[in-house]
Amino acid sequence: MTLAAAKPAAAATQAPLVEIADLTVRFRTPTRQAHAVNGVDLSLQHGEVLTILGESGSGKSVTLRTLMRLLPERRTELSGRVSVDGEDVLAMSQRQLIRFRGRTASMIFQEPMLAFDPVYRIGEQIAETVCRHEGVSRREGMARALELFELVRIPSPQRRLANYPHELSGGMSQRAMIALALSCRPKLLLADEPTTALDATVQIQILLLLRDLQRELGMSVIFVTHDMGVANEISDRIAVMYAGRIVESGRVEEIIGQPRHPYTQGLMASRASEAQRGQRLQAIPGAPPDLADLPHGCAFAPRCPQATDECLTAVPVARTLSGSHWAACCRLDA
Amino acid sequence: MMTSQPLSRHADLDRGGKAQPLLRVRDLKKHFILARGGFGRQASRVHAVDGADFDVFKGETLGIVGESGCGKSTTARLLMHLLAADGGELVFDGDAIGRRGGISVREMRRQVQMVFQNSYASLNPRMSVEDSIAFGPQVHGVSRRESRLRARRLLDQVGLSPSLFAHRYPHELSGGQRQRVNIARALALEPRLLILDEAVSALDKSVEAQVLNLLMDLKQEYGLTYLFISHDLNVVRYISDRVMVMYLGKVAEMGEVEALYRAPAHPYTQALLSAMPSMNPDQRTQQAPLAGDPPNPIDLPPGCRFCPRCPMVEDACRVEEPALEACGTAHQVACRRADEVMAGAVPAKRLSEENPI
Repeated sequence: MTLAAAKPAAAATQAPLVEIADLTVRFRTPTRQAHAVNGVDLSLQHGEVLTILGESGSGKSVTLRTLMRLLPERRTELSGRVSVDGEDVLAMSQRQLIRFRGRTASMIFQEPMLAFDPVYRIGEQIAETVCRHEGVSRREGMARALELFELVRIPSPQRRLANYPHELSGGMSQRAMIALALSCRPKLLLADEPTTALDATVQIQILLLLRDLQRELGMSVIFVTHDMGVANEISDRIAVMYAGRIVESGRVEEIIGQPRHPYTQGLMASRASEAQRGQRLQAIPGAPPDLADLPHGCAFAPRCPQATDECLTAVPVARTLSGSHWAACCRLDA
Repeated sequence: MMTSQPLSRHADLDRGGKAQPLLRVRDLKKHFILARGGFGRQASRVHAVDGADFDVFKGETLGIVGESGCGKSTTARLLMHLLAADGGELVFDGDAIGRRGGISVREMRRQVQMVFQNSYASLNPRMSVEDSIAFGPQVHGVSRRESRLRARRLLDQVGLSPSLFAHRYPHELSGGQRQRVNIARALALEPRLLILDEAVSALDKSVEAQVLNLLMDLKQEYGLTYLFISHDLNVVRYISDRVMVMYLGKVAEMGEVEALYRAPAHPYTQALLSAMPSMNPDQRTQQAPLAGDPPNPIDLPPGCRFCPRCPMVEDACRVEEPALEACGTAHQVACRRADEVMAGAVPAKRLSEENPI
């Protein structure tokens, strides 16, 4: 255990914090099998913010949950390699997972209300986490909870610690959940659409808070969203997912400024903010494919304006466009 | 013949001509009682809609924006009489609704239809798509055969092939397809006003664009009027002719969409606009325009209800509630300092221009 704790300091210089190689996730039910993630490669440096951008069913949340092994064990088939901070997540035992979750990696969700137990005070829940992981007294745990509430800028923190979850507003409970997630100083924060359920004026506050905290604490963050504006506000790098594969990845400026994959281009062009009033939106035709019955070649080909026969034969490989920017499309040279 | 039919029917129904608003709403109120009063206790009420005044003109799209708890959905439900209003007057094309000498609620509901956000919850899971669409007309006295024909025609019109989809059940459809069915069902009664309550909010972005295009096409074809409720300011800007901004049950500002987006006159509108995430990596938002959450509309402060969060509040604001007043052509605002706001006195959002990261 002491080894694991000593390792990161040495690793911080070179090795990426997160490395995912050829990750495949399948969900089995008696009647069908859904191919949720189909060969994802991803790496994340220390102190980097990566956004996984995608629509519902693109596999973005599943990828994120795999990093914490939160998927139902019995019905999920995992293959590939996932390592966080030098540890193989897929090989961890339950005991190791308990140590890993919260301490190395921790997660915030879309619905903060569901993350808290409604019958205990918020402060107790945070203190409990700290006591459990760091073996400190309850008094120290509460002191830590107060510090955390100040960190996430909750007004009158002392009073708020004694509140029950239902007494907090949406933005406030999201802040409290961030405090809970940060309670054991994780190296990696996973954020699954944490601002989607919030009002516009609150969403921007939470985004700015996360950005500040990331800088202050030097954590790495993987942020999952379907909103391109949110991705732009928060991330250093964006990976665009479609039907369980990353189709394009690059720095924010590259993805927002010069998207190269037809799907990313389609997403950018179909935004209502780009169109003139009265003009038709350039919608992407069709709907995402059924994950139980994926097309053979490129999963986007049936909706793609540039698709040719070549696209239907094999899954396109990633092509490097410049430095960190790559896309998986056969028609890039054309 | 088929396409001209609904239009001519509208012409019969159109009573006041183009200039008469299709819907006039005056002093609309809905208070929900949380705890009863008595024994010296004050009853606590949620002022969900607290005196809203607006008109919806024929053939326009009026967008309603605001945060949760601002009363936009309650307003929609009051208009449909899904909730009973506590006060106020609703006039549909010159006829008071549900009053003697006016039109009945039933007749109004034929002419006003609604599409909800949750496409799955708003369809009966045990009815096929065709039956769901044909149900409304049958209730209103259209024959079984005719209403089924109408259902198939509408399915075709919303982009779902009748031969493939007519006999499917809601669980067999995707979110986008279900929302198309909901739109078809709303159109089955040949309404004049369609209330779209966050109708595209739950859809994926690529599907959202398809449904928005469909809504634009249908509006043109049937000469519809839309009341478009959404929290997505980009979508509202794209689809609306006029926008109404609501805050805690009151209209804060209302005006032509471009004028309002270009020069908002209410500090709240200004804040909403600058809270939109930036799409330019070089100009990320540096400062949140407002602190805190929108408060509960329970015990409202005296004076202007935006006071506690307003960056421009002054003592006079806390005394008297500002009325909705004209501040330009077809532009109304409820703020004492609207002129200063329009002139740009509120600290602007994109501070990055002055102090880059």
